[in-house]
Amino acid sequence: MAIEFVVNGKDMTFEGDPEMPLLWYLRDHAQTLGVKYGCGVGACGACTVHLDGGAVRSCSVPVSAAAGRKVTTIEGLAQGDTLHALQRAWIEEDVPQCGYCQAGQIMAAADLLARTPDPGDDEITALTNLCRCGTYPRIRKAIRRAAGLRKADEVKA
Amino acid sequence: MNAHIREDWESADAFEALMKTGESIRFGRRGFLKACAGAGGGLLLGAWLPAAAWADASVAGAHPGALVGLFVRIGRDGKIVIGARSPEIGQGVKTSLPMLIAEELDADWDMVSVEQLPLGLVFGGPPPGVAWKWGPQGAGGSTNIPDAWQELRQAGARARRMLLEAAAKRWDVPLDQLRTDKGRVLGADGRSLGYGELADAAAAIPVPTADVELKKPEAFRIIGTPRRVVDAEDIVTGKARYGIDTMAPGTLVAVIARCPLFEGGVKRFDATAALAIPGVRQVLPLPGPKGSEPITQNLVAGVAVLADDTWAALKGRKALKIEWESGGHDAESTQSLDAQCQRLLAGKGQVVRNDGDIDAVLKASDRLIEATYRVPFVAHAPLEPPGACVAIDKDSMRIVASMQMPGGASRMANAITGIDRSKIEVIMPRVGGGFGRRLSNDFVAEAVLLAKASGKPVKLMWTREDDLAHDFFRPFGQQHLSATLDGDGMPTSWRQHLASASKYHRRPDVKPEELWTAELYPDDFPAGIVKNLRVEWSAVHSGMTRGSWRAPAHTANAFAVESFIDEIAHAGKQDPLALRLKLLDHDTMDYGQHGGPKFSPRRLREVVRIVAEKIGWQRKLPKGHGLGIASHFTFGGYTAHAMEVSVGKDGIPVIHRCVCAVDVGQPVNPLGIEAQMMGGTIDGLSTAMDLEIRIDKGRITTGNFPDYPLLRSARAPDVEVHIVASRESPSGAGEMGIPTAAPALANAIFAACGIRIRRLPIGKQLVEAVHAKRA
Repeated sequence: MAIEFVVNGKDMTFEGDPEMPLLWYLRDHAQTLGVKYGCGVGACGACTVHLDGGAVRSCSVPVSAAAGRKVTTIEGLAQGDTLHALQRAWIEEDVPQCGYCQAGQIMAAADLLARTPDPGDDEITALTNLCRCGTYPRIRKAIRRAAGLRKADEVKA
Repeated sequence: MNAHIREDWESADAFEALMKTGESIRFGRRGFLKACAGAGGGLLLGAWLPAAAWADASVAGAHPGALVGLFVRIGRDGKIVIGARSPEIGQGVKTSLPMLIAEELDADWDMVSVEQLPLGLVFGGPPPGVAWKWGPQGAGGSTNIPDAWQELRQAGARARRMLLEAAAKRWDVPLDQLRTDKGRVLGADGRSLGYGELADAAAAIPVPTADVELKKPEAFRIIGTPRRVVDAEDIVTGKARYGIDTMAPGTLVAVIARCPLFEGGVKRFDATAALAIPGVRQVLPLPGPKGSEPITQNLVAGVAVLADDTWAALKGRKALKIEWESGGHDAESTQSLDAQCQRLLAGKGQVVRNDGDIDAVLKASDRLIEATYRVPFVAHAPLEPPGACVAIDKDSMRIVASMQMPGGASRMANAITGIDRSKIEVIMPRVGGGFGRRLSNDFVAEAVLLAKASGKPVKLMWTREDDLAHDFFRPFGQQHLSATLDGDGMPTSWRQHLASASKYHRRPDVKPEELWTAELYPDDFPAGIVKNLRVEWSAVHSGMTRGSWRAPAHTANAFAVESFIDEIAHAGKQDPLALRLKLLDHDTMDYGQHGGPKFSPRRLREVVRIVAEKIGWQRKLPKGHGLGIASHFTFGGYTAHAMEVSVGKDGIPVIHRCVCAVDVGQPVNPLGIEAQMMGGTIDGLSTAMDLEIRIDKGRITTGNFPDYPLLRSARAPDVEVHIVASRESPSGAGEMGIPTAAPALANAIFAACGIRIRRLPIGKQLVEAVHAKRA
């Protein structure tokens, strides 16, 4: 039976194995290659996407769990040409080294900011996504900066 | 000092030979200056990554503009594209190498964008008949910046000269009346032309063949200034492409079930159930090296499943029935290796350095202190696991993969298929972490073997479990250090005996008596400072495959030596900082290993002084806090760490402050150096805290990240980085942050709670020691 869902605003239909992890659907079939494989067991967070706005590790969610729901990947985070505050802050703070985990880091942080617009240090450091290059200090700075940027954006709006 | 044009160091093996001898080979002008027209053998195989059609602006996707010199393309709109030659593995060279070119080009950095170059080889000419087109393209040994320091600045300066000549011709004025400023040529009379207006004319001028005068450091406007990662926007929007992101219609995804038994093989397998899974197309045996013979292609034998997508391939692999053949290491375990080390350290080793007469000093002294330190096997675990995409079309081939040594991949592909190297296109996307894992091209060999056997383009995927079970692991070892002290607590003799599983194991062309050269760098501190000094090595026998892990032997040896210096200070009732400052107050000396030819103890002393000052070494600390310090010379760079640590009642060390100082000579990109030091520090701490690849019954028992707990944000400290302002010729910065992190932490733990860490990882031993102390 076909599974229908929305990926980054686009209607998608999938007729393959419903047990396929969402990660492999997104990479091999939807071509949203910003979603990365790191461990396949939900331990590293490189594959983090949003399912109906909440962060999930897509390697540990079967594609069937997305039926009737909205999937947002890093490719769908910006509003048109306007980058998300986290994406801007990430560039400003020069966070990436190899860059491979960063999409997952940003998606996890975006979920945090959506739930907690002004997170404390404990909430920021509680994010468990792995970065093998050790960019954590700059990730934390970028999240703090983004929280500030969002406030500034709201004032402008 | 590290320049090398030789085509034959491309492989990890020959690269190690260079590291070993510190051999200096002047960059050959021939390869560098050869006109770069005609990017060899373009393939039309599928819509993989757009090949960087660097020399052919007419190819779709290439930035329009004129090629001025070898690395610079200038559009009529004044926009400049600079080619980045080396693999970007997170060390920042895709930003820092183009900065060298842009500086001497006198470009406006805001007008510059960067494109990754493919592997560039020029064929013909003197033996071996292959030369680098753009200079060395590899990532290892922190050599990119020192290699490029002269060459790429020259490349930029020569392109600038071509623009000046074009302007001189157009205005019919002498060259010496012209100067440049931020992307414009300025005439003495106030006239000016943008580089874009001169690009076509400049491109027609022959590239100068003689050295052009370079800027004085005082005139630098790009070098030494903080510049952000050039790919940052692509990375944060998910557009950046890594090896794993390559795919084309008709490609089969392959996964391999590899023999988990050290040096084992495949006895028999049954593919019936695997082939019945929808999407599985082929199941192929993959032969591997026999026993302990040298590894020149893939690491180990296995069975490959080729399928329409990753999920089908993984399901197919799970359905395989395989009987493995033992490699004769069934009794090997982590415990057996520790016991082997103990036996070896009780005896004498191969003497690799022997200064003065330590036996005479030992006899005469009554103050001997000694300690044994241990480091485990660890994995590279780049977050993007190994993998490669290979398409073969009769007599040509394309390889797209995350690699550190693309030239070696080309040579290996040639050895496997016989396809001429000029017809092997090698594309380098961004690399999701290197750490030395990708100095070897075993995963490229697997993909080439499977593409050849299947007759299809192949995308090879490794899972994390594959990665942790099949790596070239950082060597395991234990070392015994002993020293005699004089009445002032200063060391009068020093003996270091390392027993380790050499990373040169199973390398072609390494003789048994040379295995130590990968494990000990005999000119390392305190050689030449403590006058009676003996260094010995003993071989640990293991079936584990081994290799270069970021800052190779420096990680093990700096942990032991810098911890032992701290022990000497405490035994001699000296301040650990004062002892270091005394020992390092010494003239510059020869350094014969990689990172030489000289080692300046006083440059090392200065970074020690900086971290001590910044952390407030003499201040009164909160109760239960301790300060630790360590310093080391790594591949031409000087690093020190100071940390303030407390150990809770739960035995968990908390790092309250972490200060790092580094002297890498003239800083090229301070923002990048800071990133490397932060990341290197956290890598070193992560490894020291919890990481070990464990072994039982001749196979690895560590499975996935839950068994291999890399540091997460909650325990990763902020790192305060101080970069020494220097005009010395620069070293790299990718590996200097690691070696001193573990000993600084261990020394701080001792200062905080009196428990000495001599075995890595720290793991539960601190918890147990704290409990034992309280009981």
